[in-house]
Amino acid sequence: MAKNTTDVRRYPGFFSFTILCLFLLYTPLIIVTIYSFNDSKSITTWGGFSFRWYQDIFYGLEAAKFKTAAWNSISIALMAGITATVIATSAAIGMIRGEPFKGKSLSFGLINLPLMVPEIVSAVATLIFFSAIGFTRGYMSILLAHIVFCIPFAYLPIAARLEGIEKSYEEAAIDLYATRWKAFTKVLMPLMAPGILSGFLLAFIISLDDFIITNFVKGAGVETLPTAIFGSVKQGIKPNIMALSTLMLLVSIFFVSLSYLINKLGERTGDKQS
Amino acid sequence: MSAPIAPLNAKKNPNAGVFDGIGLWLLSPSWIVIGVFLLLPVFMMLIFSFLTKEFRGGVIWEPTLAAYDQFLFDRGLFGDEPPTIEWTYITIFARSIWQAALATLFCLIIGFPTAYYIATRSARSRSVWLFLITIPYWVNLLIRTVSMKFLIRDTGPLNQFLMSTGVIDSPIHIVNTNFAVQLGLFYSYLPFMVLPIYAAVERYNFALSEAAWDLYADRWTTLRKILIPVVKPGIIAGCILVFVPSLGAFLAPDLLGGAKTFMIGSLIEEQFKGNAGNWPFGAAASMILLSMVLIVLMFYARQQTRAQAGAR
Repeated sequence: MAKNTTDVRRYPGFFSFTILCLFLLYTPLIIVTIYSFNDSKSITTWGGFSFRWYQDIFYGLEAAKFKTAAWNSISIALMAGITATVIATSAAIGMIRGEPFKGKSLSFGLINLPLMVPEIVSAVATLIFFSAIGFTRGYMSILLAHIVFCIPFAYLPIAARLEGIEKSYEEAAIDLYATRWKAFTKVLMPLMAPGILSGFLLAFIISLDDFIITNFVKGAGVETLPTAIFGSVKQGIKPNIMALSTLMLLVSIFFVSLSYLINKLGERTGDKQS
Repeated sequence: MSAPIAPLNAKKNPNAGVFDGIGLWLLSPSWIVIGVFLLLPVFMMLIFSFLTKEFRGGVIWEPTLAAYDQFLFDRGLFGDEPPTIEWTYITIFARSIWQAALATLFCLIIGFPTAYYIATRSARSRSVWLFLITIPYWVNLLIRTVSMKFLIRDTGPLNQFLMSTGVIDSPIHIVNTNFAVQLGLFYSYLPFMVLPIYAAVERYNFALSEAAWDLYADRWTTLRKILIPVVKPGIIAGCILVFVPSLGAFLAPDLLGGAKTFMIGSLIEEQFKGNAGNWPFGAAASMILLSMVLIVLMFYARQQTRAQAGAR
């Protein structure tokens, strides 16, 4: 656009800041990934490349502990993710397609409340609640707490997707004598699928990642991967923890990329031509 | 608008949408789950903050102001001395605000140019840059904090690198300092600063900058006088998104800091761990933290409405 004149958009040095930003964000992660392949008992000196710490997570002394923790983490993330996605899908249709009513913004606030309350406050409140009603802390209390904070994470991409779909699709279905349920399952849901899927994936990762709330409501004996790692790290960073961290890092990146790609593909088959 | 001319199965109101009338039913599961498992617990926490502590954790159902009193006043070991101001907890709160504010400032210094740079790329490369910025956010916060600790330890790769290149002779102690905590908070929430500023700059009309340019303003005057005032709502949103979680952060101060860098998050956590805890006091500290966050959010909401009114 600018031929001979200077480009007013360009600020010299901003590019270096961007590179610095990415450098700061990624260096610690890359360093830990590299050191997880370190064939040495000491985490400070480099002793050559090896997979021994990965072997250690699966077959070493702490393998049983990690396996139970991984199973708890994954099963809770799956169930919390699915439940939150169902609730969020229903809520998104109610908010965006339902009749207007007083207090709609209040309802939006309530759905997003878990994002506004500081995590540690949610953790304390949930612990107090479970203890006051005499609910035994353990697997179930973790699951319930996770469903709550997964709802807004699932809601946002689902609602964004639904807002981009024209009403005429489901109206056409109704005009062709479909029941409301059929109009949802056969017409609206397939159109919403990318949003629903990426909402589920985000909820799944958020549940898998949570430490603070889990740490408060888990009770004795039940561990998820983050609480197990925290307990271990408190006694010093060990090389097997770095291998475990690297694996979890890869899982998170895999699911986020998947969610990103699904959204991208969904955009291409988007409906609202503006 | 898109109402069919004459629907065959003539509904009562041809303008009504398919899901009209059941909206509240569809919303109710989310209201019930969040209401019962978050809103109600917050109210119970408020009640607990006015109860008497039991020595092995938990509470006795006797109303008292002891928790808030303990927060503000020192009445001696047996509680019979004339009250003096208790600075311990006020200091912890003031330190938390200070640390969170510094972390927010660092995030702004790095985040603003980054967001601006990304927003002025082509649409195609923009989404790639944004994706690169968001990935670390989705990586487990615990793992990121542990990675940071590993990197900056006395015998960690950073010190080894600096010593091998001869920049320093002996390792710099970073872990357990205030700076380590600020660095950890900065690292935890940096993406939160970039995203809202990016969104604001993307909507910015560059004709304004060109007009300033034509009127002989230089680059930096244009930035200061035109761009920053216009994208201010995005900058404020970014600052709040970093400041609020930093204020109540637990992992960064706990793993990267020491006893001298104690923050609100650790203070609260301590009240609920083991037998030494004091539940009403922990609930009171949580209530104070929550009130502070709500004040910041209300300020933000007012700011945004004013910005919208100004845009009209």
